[in-house]
Amino acid sequence: MENLINLFVRTIFIDNMIFAYFLGMCSYLAVSKTVKTSNGLGIAVIFVLVITAPINWLIDNYLLKAGALSWLGADFATLDLSYLSFIMFIAVIAAIVQLVEMFVEKVSPPLYNALGIFLPLIAVNCAILGASLFMQEREYETIGESLVYALGSGVGWWIAIVLLAAIREKIRYSNIPAPLRGLGITFIITGLMAIAFMSFMGIKI
Amino acid sequence: MKALHEFLERIRPLFKKGGRLSMFRSTFDAFDTFLFVPGKVTTGGSHIRDAIDLKRTMSVVIIALMPALLFGMWNVGYQRSLSIGADWSLLQNFWYGFLVVLPIIIVSYVSGLAVEFIFAQIKGHEVNEGFLVSGMLIPMIMPPDVPLWMVAVATVFAVILGKEIFGGTGMNIVNPALLARAFIFFAYPAYISGSQIWTAGLMEGQGVIDGFSGATPMAHAAAGEMDKIPALADMFFGFIPGSIGETSKLAILLGAAILLITGVGSWRIILSTLIGGVLTVLLFNAVSLNTYMDLSPLTQLMMGGFLFGAIFMATDPVTAAQTFKGQYFYGFFVGVFAILIRVLNPAYPEGMMLAILLMNVVAPLIDHYVIQANIRRRLKRATIKLKA
Repeated sequence: MENLINLFVRTIFIDNMIFAYFLGMCSYLAVSKTVKTSNGLGIAVIFVLVITAPINWLIDNYLLKAGALSWLGADFATLDLSYLSFIMFIAVIAAIVQLVEMFVEKVSPPLYNALGIFLPLIAVNCAILGASLFMQEREYETIGESLVYALGSGVGWWIAIVLLAAIREKIRYSNIPAPLRGLGITFIITGLMAIAFMSFMGIKI
Repeated sequence: MKALHEFLERIRPLFKKGGRLSMFRSTFDAFDTFLFVPGKVTTGGSHIRDAIDLKRTMSVVIIALMPALLFGMWNVGYQRSLSIGADWSLLQNFWYGFLVVLPIIIVSYVSGLAVEFIFAQIKGHEVNEGFLVSGMLIPMIMPPDVPLWMVAVATVFAVILGKEIFGGTGMNIVNPALLARAFIFFAYPAYISGSQIWTAGLMEGQGVIDGFSGATPMAHAAAGEMDKIPALADMFFGFIPGSIGETSKLAILLGAAILLITGVGSWRIILSTLIGGVLTVLLFNAVSLNTYMDLSPLTQLMMGGFLFGAIFMATDPVTAAQTFKGQYFYGFFVGVFAILIRVLNPAYPEGMMLAILLMNVVAPLIDHYVIQANIRRRLKRATIKLKA
């Protein structure tokens, strides 16, 4: 249990998807104009992460990893299909995103309209594939760990995009030099935020 | 004073539009309005007239910083005399510290104001006065032995990336002075942490007597040497090594009194920061897993830059939360995070700098939700009235 809490806090604050790895930048930069929509996108990312990472964990552990297929019989014990993991992970993510899209369209049309093109784009959000690949690389031992890891990564990403959106709302009427308006200043803000998030670097619980 | 005024009046036409030096208009304007109250009088319309403008506000903060700065200068000399085993008089201590601190102040002001003036000329603005305080804060949160070129680089970095590109004074997201310190902290960690740098001259290994360590109370606490933490009184009056302005809590409290009486500093932020810090310490006392967690709240407040940060840095009206309710949250979490980082994060001995930077980033979100809550509450009231 302690281990899981530690993992959860770590993935939110220390191994933050945005501030430590700069993953999922495209939607992070593009949909962070208002707090409301970025809230929606953040929750959508959490949702997709929490579903895809455990499924990918199962696929990895029972299909792809070296020796994962031993449950089929002794003949398969030496098989290593991990070269398939990219395509498998992406396929799972794409399928899940389709489901989420249909779900959001049905439940909350305003959110669906606000997210627009970015909801399908979650399918290629590097934070989502990144989480699955990190999970594989770090060899989480139980499905619970992968679930907690996915939740933490999602929450970290959500916090990051909501913070950025609030700052961008605040500076909307600032007299920013013309060449930096829009994405330029957003990148710089992200850098400054990453400096602030350095405060968690090294914390052990 | 009068001669100066007449001189300014005489050269004023040069800077008017079409004058020979009109390109330096904002530079002239900056000096003119800094020295004298502008003579412009509005006609007609309703205006609130108040002697306090941005420049006067900044001047009050500078005055509030003076006790801590003057004590800091003396303390630099005092620590130096301790380290070489000399018995210097009050004046000798002060003079030595003065000669160490003054170059840092000059470098910070010259490099920062140079950037400000350049940006003002390019944009055709008046020069913003926001750097007056940052320029004074930067030397006060530096160790006395910091290389001057580092101060210059950090100041330029902080003023450009932390402030000017956001549109100048009043638009920045993070506190420029803290950003300058964070820049040195992450770019040149050897020059701003450890126990060698807090006493002037110690880095070159000049004449250190036996038994002098130069370590700050924070360093002792982080190393678990609780018996080596100086007495509370020493930390309160400031006879300890540390950043130039942070050591004397007495001088800082004097400054706090000035800020609070004039209403320049927000008492909400100061109060809630202290509450947040004390509550966190008490929580750690209850958990009590190691000796650091057992330190009393008073010791924690007296150590390091907690008070300095709470009073002079967290209250920065631009980067703090703007709404009154938001300020309570903001201050509370500054206190909480400062203690959390101190106690739980072995990588950093002091957490105040990063705690304030972190909450600077969060402050807009706090404001957003406070405002949204206000809107919702008033909307509810309006609909109820409608029904009745």
